[in-house]
Amino acid sequence: MIKPITFIVDGKEIRGREGQTILQAALEAGVYIPHLCFHPDLKPFGSCRVCTVMVNGRPAASCTTPIAEGMIVESSSERIREYRKILVEMLFVEGNHFCMVCEKSGNCELQALAYRLGITAPRFPYLFPKREVDASHPEVFIDRNRCVLCGRCVRASRDVDGKHVFDFAGRGPEKKVAVNSKGRLAETKLSSADKAVDICPVGAILKKGEAYMVPVGKRAFDRKPIGAEIEEKGTDLQS
Amino acid sequence: MKKPRVATTSLAGCFGCHMSILDIDEKILDLIELVDFDKSPIDDLKEFTARCAIGLVEGGCANEDNVRVLRDFRKNCDILISLGDCAIMGGVPAMRNGIPLEECLREAFMEGPTVYNPERRIPDDEEIPLLLDKVYPCHEVVKIDYHLPGCPPPAEAIWKAVTALLENKPLELPYELIKYD
Repeated sequence: MIKPITFIVDGKEIRGREGQTILQAALEAGVYIPHLCFHPDLKPFGSCRVCTVMVNGRPAASCTTPIAEGMIVESSSERIREYRKILVEMLFVEGNHFCMVCEKSGNCELQALAYRLGITAPRFPYLFPKREVDASHPEVFIDRNRCVLCGRCVRASRDVDGKHVFDFAGRGPEKKVAVNSKGRLAETKLSSADKAVDICPVGAILKKGEAYMVPVGKRAFDRKPIGAEIEEKGTDLQS
Repeated sequence: MKKPRVATTSLAGCFGCHMSILDIDEKILDLIELVDFDKSPIDDLKEFTARCAIGLVEGGCANEDNVRVLRDFRKNCDILISLGDCAIMGGVPAMRNGIPLEECLREAFMEGPTVYNPERRIPDDEEIPLLLDKVYPCHEVVKIDYHLPGCPPPAEAIWKAVTALLENKPLELPYELIKYD
């Protein structure tokens, strides 16, 4: 039998099941904790730290921390909101995120997080790193300028598609998503139907020929913040 | 009572943000009741004539003249606002930031496929401001008080910001008005 577990998020009692992480149980209960590298169809990875919460007074990534009876979680306090803002601002300055010309704009989870957190400009200087674009594949391109190293494509290609097309190479500022071939995306087994293509939260891996299909105003995050549908579910659960 | 003054400029920008200022439609009549324009492309004043309450800066710093103008704005404006993505993060002009300046100039004036330049000379008249090594966001050059993102920022965001600040109210933009595109 799966043991029920009760814990507290921002003063609210949440009931989860043994084996769930804080993030899984919170999302299921209609409590949105901002997150980026986490995806419900993939194994938790804990790389982006956007979902950081205070667990019994200590910071921890909610996507990798299992729930425990009586655990006290702080997710929307001033302090955590500020940490989260700093993390997202750092993701913006360490890549080249030219939203004004990006096909993913309006549907981008990184941008949506920044909107939700109310970021108007980062407090850190922009690094403008030199990153590579690979458009060799007939159906898909990878633009590493926009990559946030969340590892969703790496996990999806390995665990869902069973192809292992992507993996990380290098360390620190040199770290990048590499492809499993002599060099180019065209020589990999990647297909545009792969989970690894659809799952990119930003505009780093995109299908060709599908840009700007949805008009401004009707895109995913034009009117409602990211997480709004989860919070609506939470309101329904309460009533 | 003397009206507060507003100055505007476009540094390394495309004037799209200025178009968005004009896009407040008939509220422009309310705006001229509220403020007088000082140095701005809207009235074509080239230099500051008096201290300004608000300065709106479009575009980032791509050359030494942009830096001079931006410092001039900081000196003459009580509140300085970065208007639009180029002022905030460099925008499209900053796409050259990953390419060495010399290579950019060589491509633009000597080796580009459509270039006709038999003397193979890169423009070097002393009237032309020197380019910076890269395009800098305004807040990396001077202190910026507020940022209005967008490409361009929605007219409503500009209106809300200017009127709130003139009335000494906190600047709070609703979700729909913070956009990066």
